Amino acid sequence: MSDALARRDERDLRDTMVDGSELHARLAKTWGTGRGLIAALSTVDHKIVARRYLVTAFVFLFLGGLSAAAMRIQLARPENQFIGPDLYNQLFTMHGTTMMFLFAVPVMEAVGIYLVPLMLGTRNIAFPRLNAFSYWVFLFGGLFLWVAFILNIGPDVGWFAYTPLSGPQYSPGKRTDVWAQMITFTEIAALATAVEFIVTILKQRAPGMTLDRIPLFVWAILVTSFVIVFAMPAVMVASTMLILDRLIGTHFFNPSEGGDSLLWQHLFWFFGHPEVYIIFLPAAGMVSSIVVAFARRPALGYLPLVLSLIAVGFLSFGLWVHHMFTTGLPQLGAAFFTANSMLIAIPNGIQIFCWIATLWGGKPVFRTPLLFVLGFFFIFVLGGLSGIMLASVPIDTQVHDTYFVVAHFHYVLIGGAVFPLLGAVYYWFPKITGRMMSERLGRWNFWLAFIGFNLAFFPMHLLGLQGMPRRVYTYQPEMGWGTLNLLATIGSVILLISFVLFLWNVVSSNRRGEIAGDNPWDAGTLEWATSSPPPPQNFDRIPLVTSREPLWAERGPLPVVGGLAVDMRQVVVGTVTEARPILRESSPEPSIWPLFAAIAVGGTFLGSIFTPWAVVWGSIPVAITLIGWFWPSGSPEDEK
Amino acid sequence: MKAHRLAEDLSALPTYGFGTSMTMWWGTLGFCALEGMGFALAIGAYLYLVHVNAQWPLADVPPNHWPGTILTIILLASIWPNLQAERRAREENLPAVRRWLIVMCALGALLVAIRFYEFTQLNVRWDQNAYGSITWIILGLHAAHLLTDLGDTAVLAALMFTRHAKGKRFSDVEDNAFYWYFVVGSWLPLYLLVYWVPRW
Repeated sequence: MSDALARRDERDLRDTMVDGSELHARLAKTWGTGRGLIAALSTVDHKIVARRYLVTAFVFLFLGGLSAAAMRIQLARPENQFIGPDLYNQLFTMHGTTMMFLFAVPVMEAVGIYLVPLMLGTRNIAFPRLNAFSYWVFLFGGLFLWVAFILNIGPDVGWFAYTPLSGPQYSPGKRTDVWAQMITFTEIAALATAVEFIVTILKQRAPGMTLDRIPLFVWAILVTSFVIVFAMPAVMVASTMLILDRLIGTHFFNPSEGGDSLLWQHLFWFFGHPEVYIIFLPAAGMVSSIVVAFARRPALGYLPLVLSLIAVGFLSFGLWVHHMFTTGLPQLGAAFFTANSMLIAIPNGIQIFCWIATLWGGKPVFRTPLLFVLGFFFIFVLGGLSGIMLASVPIDTQVHDTYFVVAHFHYVLIGGAVFPLLGAVYYWFPKITGRMMSERLGRWNFWLAFIGFNLAFFPMHLLGLQGMPRRVYTYQPEMGWGTLNLLATIGSVILLISFVLFLWNVVSSNRRGEIAGDNPWDAGTLEWATSSPPPPQNFDRIPLVTSREPLWAERGPLPVVGGLAVDMRQVVVGTVTEARPILRESSPEPSIWPLFAAIAVGGTFLGSIFTPWAVVWGSIPVAITLIGWFWPSGSPEDEK
Repeated sequence: MKAHRLAEDLSALPTYGFGTSMTMWWGTLGFCALEGMGFALAIGAYLYLVHVNAQWPLADVPPNHWPGTILTIILLASIWPNLQAERRAREENLPAVRRWLIVMCALGALLVAIRFYEFTQLNVRWDQNAYGSITWIILGLHAAHLLTDLGDTAVLAALMFTRHAKGKRFSDVEDNAFYWYFVVGSWLPLYLLVYWVPRW
């Protein structure tokens, strides 16, 4: 360092005063996570938190998958004795709850937490401590559920826990309490993350990234976050009412005291249907990223794609009653929800056409990520078609609660979310780890998953039409469902093998994969402008965005802005529409308090299952930890 | 990392601002939106229960509205000192900010006390029937907001008496005041629901 620089006031060193490796090293020190256990538990780096989120969510995917495999073995032949009815009830509840609440939503948020700040050209997510808190809450909520299952108090009332079955009269004991409190608790994580995304996307975009230059994946996360903000409170209100009915004798869902069981269904599905789109929309964003990168051209129909995302977000709130067609609703209501359920196929269809047209007009490179996207087209469209069938009240009435519905939503969810997610892992793995995944294993992974999935779930359509109800632990030989069930079980084993292969590919590529470099796919968005894996500060200088695909527009040196502090954490904050820079706002430094706060909140929730007084006494540690979190430490980030 | 060229210098930008310029303001708005959604759903649940029951309220007498009415008047009156705290914060007038934050703490404590009394005047228990349950949960949801806002304001007031009371802390005071408007505004429909729908 030069003498002139050394003499300068170190507390206000700007990135215009240093350059090259010195700038890089200083920023990495400022934004880095220290060594040791305390530092690891205190980190607020969005990339580290996202990696933890990803690993945890995939662990839950495997747990949910293994519970499905156990059910499939049980159903492989009639009157099988592998699993009894009680464990079977717990297994399908654990499977659904885990997949929806502990895998699908968190994994989509995890990908967003990793990528959104990078795609926007900023250095951390907004409210990074809240982000760390949300991870701990998610982890504790998931552990809570699975430890309860191991202790034989796993919930057994299905993932939507209909009353009166889940009420105090028909489900005594702690099993449903565990479910209700786990739901309320983990949804805190989803809501917190949604607020972080909204603020990051609206306020922390790189200068020049106007609304019409936001990457499609980021648009998808933004719309998803708004859907979360308006949908998730419904399940929190519902699960809170359920736990109150069970623990302190309220009567929200008790018809004999003026309550109503259908109130539960309304509140649950007001959340539950948007939930499907909370899972699907980020996946649509992943598909857009992959299609553009591998078609080697910008998206055809950026505007229709964005408007479709927004339309789906809105329409997702007008569908919930189609889960309740057999409850005896007024016809007019049913007609409205039928119309809406069919209407939502239009924006989804527009997206599919835009993607196909983009590929058609480009020079597609068929690598593994694109294979998964093509698999997504096939499976998701089939799921959409059976969805349109189910939107019709007469058909729905016939196949309600049968395997036809099970087939439909697995086509939509695995096709619509898991296939794009696997493609996304192959696509962004090089950015996260610095190494490529094996292409050969990737192709095996894809074809086994595609064949296994269809073999497992297509027969379920037929089983449903033949009248096989869902959630039965066995069936009699004379029903004639044995062959199709055996076929489904064989398919599920192949699907499981594909996931083992995926896991092997991740683990081995992480160690020995080919070195990726900054931009192995020659993609156009900002996450590929930084090194792989990115340094703690993401970018040495904040990019100045001039185009929708900045790296394609700027083949030479990337234009950047300067003037941010080097020795303290600062991010550029801009205007909502134009992303015109207005502030150099400080970004919080690491803190152990979010972990303590999550422990305090988690302990309160756990205690509340045993006594309502836990809420009163638990509020004391919660308040202490929150004060610890917010009280300034005297760091420059806190004072400037 | 890709090579770059400096195109613009942001050195002159301030490090904090007020209102919509700050991320915290938007974060507060986000939480107002999701909590507001919680209130809206509770209102929906209340009206749903009114709809499915032939008689409403499911009690002999409706709640005594006077404690709630007094609370509503104080809540509405609190907008003025809250506005003062907000404006003085924008001016970065520390002595005035301290004064108005203390006023807001005192008002918050008074409101929490009245809220506790309100629960005793509902003329129905939470475990009596669905009407009691929904009335208690609505009042409880809003009580949680009064309590947490009192906590926030007290901590912030204490902070403004320390060496940290400078710069962006004034922006925090402004955001805290902004959240109070939400606490006041969200109460008004709940007040009508809890005290006047049973009299309708």
